Amino acid sequence: MAEEVLLFGAWASPYSHRVEMALKLKGVEYKYVEEDLANKSPSLLKYNPIHKKVPVLVHNGNPIVESQVILEYINETWPGYPLLPKDPYERAIARFWAKFIDDKCLLAIFKASWGEEKEREKAAEEVPEFLNHLENELKEKRFFGGESIGMVDIVANFISFWVGAFEEAFGSELLTREKFPKLTNWTHQFVNNTVVKESLPPRDKLVAYLRNRFGGRNVSK
Amino acid sequence: MGAVKLLGTWPSPYLYRVIWALKLKGIPYEYIEQDLDNKSPLLLQSNPVHKKIPVLIHGGNPIAESVIILQYIEDKWPQNPLLPSDPYEKAVARFWVKFADEKGLSIAKVFRSSGEEQEKGLKESLEMLEIIEEHAPGLGQKKFFGGDKIGMVDLTLGWFAQWMGGIEEVTGVKIKEAGKFPRLEAWMKNFKEDPVIKENLPEFKDMVAAMKRRRETLLASK
Repeated sequence: MAEEVLLFGAWASPYSHRVEMALKLKGVEYKYVEEDLANKSPSLLKYNPIHKKVPVLVHNGNPIVESQVILEYINETWPGYPLLPKDPYERAIARFWAKFIDDKCLLAIFKASWGEEKEREKAAEEVPEFLNHLENELKEKRFFGGESIGMVDIVANFISFWVGAFEEAFGSELLTREKFPKLTNWTHQFVNNTVVKESLPPRDKLVAYLRNRFGGRNVSK
Repeated sequence: MGAVKLLGTWPSPYLYRVIWALKLKGIPYEYIEQDLDNKSPLLLQSNPVHKKIPVLIHGGNPIAESVIILQYIEDKWPQNPLLPSDPYEKAVARFWVKFADEKGLSIAKVFRSSGEEQEKGLKESLEMLEIIEEHAPGLGQKKFFGGDKIGMVDLTLGWFAQWMGGIEEVTGVKIKEAGKFPRLEAWMKNFKEDPVIKENLPEFKDMVAAMKRRRETLLASK
């Protein structure tokens, strides 16, 4: 049976982009289906009835949802490029940071950018704290995954590209070179990687989209 | 392979997830009770980012976050597997572990707050329970989410079995109306009756007393 891999995604979504990167790194052929999130397709609703979100990976008719779950699935299903370390302890550490990025960092960055007033202040204090943890975790490594991109780098894609777009769209300052030299360096390494570059959305288009979608809520003082 | 230490505070449901996994796999460990109001150097050293429990320390290597610890235990000690071997079924299990872990926070909200915030937590909790009742694979057909044997999804949802009752008792808020979630209730019964789980559940009265004290402290600090 010929293998069928479908990816339902949205061009501006960093979560969707994570899956594209993973598939490309593994050399998996897939068909990409762009979703209009304001007008979700029957297929999307069928494959992800609980969350109704992208990305959704459909492999031979089987849907997998939630980007980190998809990444683990891709890693186990297709051989070749390892997204996670083999050693169980190192693997646990990678998973820890991936969870930290999604549960804490991204949430705080969203809240700091367009949350409610009191949420925003608290988040604005948390963001540099969280970024600092990542800065320290990077140490002297080129990527979080070591010499090559791994799952933590992929999950941190938001920080490498979307944060810059946020900063431009909303005039905020989240990731500065002075405070986070290693992370800034990592950002350059990451976005300049061939595979990553191939799948990133155009920067201007993203900035315009963010301004349009979220700009109204973020009224600077 | 190295000694296994487990840092926790009794009767945390997150702690129990790890205890159950270790017991199910027959892994000996040393339990070290922590004082969260006066955090030990060991805790701060082992979990500098979150400073929370549970933390598993294996041969000196610390792992934090209960679901990450469960995954580590599964990777390191493959006997009595907690996840299916088929990659797709594994992905489905991982989805439900994530769902249970995230949505469990709504029930925690009911415990940790009052008034409007508590109501919000209750609403979210009910939504979550409805989704599980309706969508969780195997529920109603198999003994556990993991099939015939307890798996990671069961462990992540395990706190329904005892703690939800405790939260209802302490807050006076009824989260789960009797008869409204028949499949979930059947599962809870199976879970609690499993010999390993049965032997490793906190005593209800003691748990309620501890939770009462904790809730008072939480509400007072708001």
